[in-house]
Amino acid sequence: MSEPPLILTARMHAHPETSHTIATFEATGGYTALRTALDMGREAIVEEVKAANLRGRGGAGFPAGVKWGFLAPARPAYLVVNGDESEPGTFKDRQLMERDPHQLVEGTIISSLANEVNHAFIYIRGEYPKPARRVQAAVDEAYSAGYLGTNILGSGYDLELTVHLGGGAYICGEETALLNSLEGRRGEPRLKPPFFPAVRGLYMAPTIVNNIETLCNIAWIINNGGNAYSAIGPEDSPGRRMCSISGHVNRPGNYEIVEGITWRELIYEVAGGIRDGNELKAWVPGGASAPWFVPGEHLDTEVTKAAIDSNGSMTGSGAVIVMDHTTDMVAAAERLVRFFAHESCGQCTPCREGTTWLDMILRRMLAGHGRATDPDVLYDVSDNISPGVTWPPKMTTICPLGPSAVSPVASLLKHFPEEVAAAVERGTQVPVSIGMRV
Amino acid sequence: MTDIAQWSQEAEALAEAVIAKYPQKRSALMPLLYIAVREDGYLTESGMRRVAALVDLEPAQVSSVATFYSMYKRQPVGKYLVSVCTSISCWLLGGDEVLEAVESAAGVPAGATDESGVVSPEHVECIGACGGAPAVQVNYELIEGLTPQKATELVEWLNAAQPETLNGDEMQALFGGQRSFDWAIHETDSATGPYPAFQPHGTVAPQGRS
Ligand SMILES: Cc1cc2nc3c(=O)[nH]c(=O)nc-3n(C[C@H](O)[C@H](O)[C@H](O)COP(=O)(O)O)c2cc1C
Ligand code: SF4
Ligand code: FES
Repeated sequence: MSEPPLILTARMHAHPETSHTIATFEATGGYTALRTALDMGREAIVEEVKAANLRGRGGAGFPAGVKWGFLAPARPAYLVVNGDESEPGTFKDRQLMERDPHQLVEGTIISSLANEVNHAFIYIRGEYPKPARRVQAAVDEAYSAGYLGTNILGSGYDLELTVHLGGGAYICGEETALLNSLEGRRGEPRLKPPFFPAVRGLYMAPTIVNNIETLCNIAWIINNGGNAYSAIGPEDSPGRRMCSISGHVNRPGNYEIVEGITWRELIYEVAGGIRDGNELKAWVPGGASAPWFVPGEHLDTEVTKAAIDSNGSMTGSGAVIVMDHTTDMVAAAERLVRFFAHESCGQCTPCREGTTWLDMILRRMLAGHGRATDPDVLYDVSDNISPGVTWPPKMTTICPLGPSAVSPVASLLKHFPEEVAAAVERGTQVPVSIGMRV
Repeated sequence: MTDIAQWSQEAEALAEAVIAKYPQKRSALMPLLYIAVREDGYLTESGMRRVAALVDLEPAQVSSVATFYSMYKRQPVGKYLVSVCTSISCWLLGGDEVLEAVESAAGVPAGATDESGVVSPEHVECIGACGGAPAVQVNYELIEGLTPQKATELVEWLNAAQPETLNGDEMQALFGGQRSFDWAIHETDSATGPYPAFQPHGTVAPQGRS
């Protein structure tokens, strides 16, 4: 079988210095999909995206065409593109925005057309001024060229596209928090039900929220057909997706992969293996929220949504964080939990208090004050955030951030009990300190 | 104190243009806060009152929103906000050591500003540069692949050169290393202060200047 074509990064590889300009974009087939889509009409576009079985790339992996089918009939409707990318390990949307912003703009226009949207938003995290500048420049160029604004290319279709900058809060990546933030409110997630965005979203109007990378696939699907897309890779999670690889590998970076290779191939071939010839100890397969994988159990399993799910983790944001044998796993867990404790919006007690307690206990263990009861207490706090500590997690909270903080702790207890025991052991040898919290 | 900030004519015009980009006024709140920050150097009470008046809210509502987000600094910060990532991927490759180097070169801990008001170190969570860990932003312009040594040099350079505008490409060339991906495209825009450089907020240096 011949290697499937690059979908997302083809242009930036072929034209490294000008891939962000409208001239290069148009010279390489850009905005032809928009012309086709304007002729196809709304239902036909949705059908192609359904046929493609394009899964969302923001974390939950929900099929985009199916989501679009849920849009409630009331109008106006809105499209909000999620560029809040803040899940530790993830840096793919940044590359797509910086290097090929018109691909995103074209996908956004076609998706708006498909969902009868006349005002769309691209929400970009505040720490991304450079990607935001590139996207804004592309939007400005698209307006000048008649791809945005009123009566687009003489079709009678109108679309406004606003680029919005966030204020620094990971939780705004959660779609309902994102909508609150875009309304000028605190970025606190809304309860679902009743606030499903497709029914009650931005300004309580029907709203589609999609990830940046998800929409970067749309023009290709229109140009080549949904069936051509679904023919690439595994049936259940087809196409190509961006995989951000970081940590102790020789060649960190973004790779546009087709699922179906093994983790061994991804880590040792694609990412060039472990630094200094070190041994692989563990990796996070799908962003900081995902339960860890370890070489003994998972190295020769497949990188597919189905396999990752059945092995008890998730594709998530597609970010892979690799750790070698020098890594202190209690410290790694603490570093991940610290993130969630820092980013909890504070609405739900189990998340606000639980993440903070998990972090304080892990910090105390690292400081040499571990206690024999710590493993049980860590489990108990986790159980209060996510009853049963199962995967996929059960929820006591409004959004999945709280349960996400349980993933590293549960992974630590499951795969590295001897390191937890060693931290406890060290603790008994150190006199109890005065003034130490917890 | 209930005074309302007096903004420059340019800022008022920007604010009007920003508000016009949204179906509802309140959605302009966060962009307007960046304009307020640019006007005063940080987010002042009187700046929040100006924003409140522009979007028809009570000042308390604006402050409730502003305090939710980490990028609206409500205390003065130095000319250069040096944000060091200490999340997992950066930590694995020495992010903590880079932070220590920045703190000791600046002579103050994270969260404080040095005596001359030039450098404010802070630690931040993941800034989407994990493939180029450890990563740092200066006034939100990115530098990837630092070492503690390079981080020290960065702070010394900021103190000595005190550039009016900061360009990411230039800093990457001087102090950076491994990047998350090839930047390739020449960057002409630069930051003008400790807030993100974005044209609609008037916080970016004119093209070509760096
Ligand atoms: C805590 C949390 C953070 C999230 N952060 C992001 C994010 O940064 N970017 C993103 O696209 N989706 C993020 N999501 C997922 C969104 O809620 C939403 O599912 C997604 O944007 C939908 O787009 P998609 O269907 O195209 O993937 C996050 C979810 C949660 C619970
Ligand atoms: S789970 Fe945490 S982040 Fe999510 S809504 Fe509740 S408190 Fe906020
Ligand atoms: S972990 Fe430091 S940039 Fe992502």
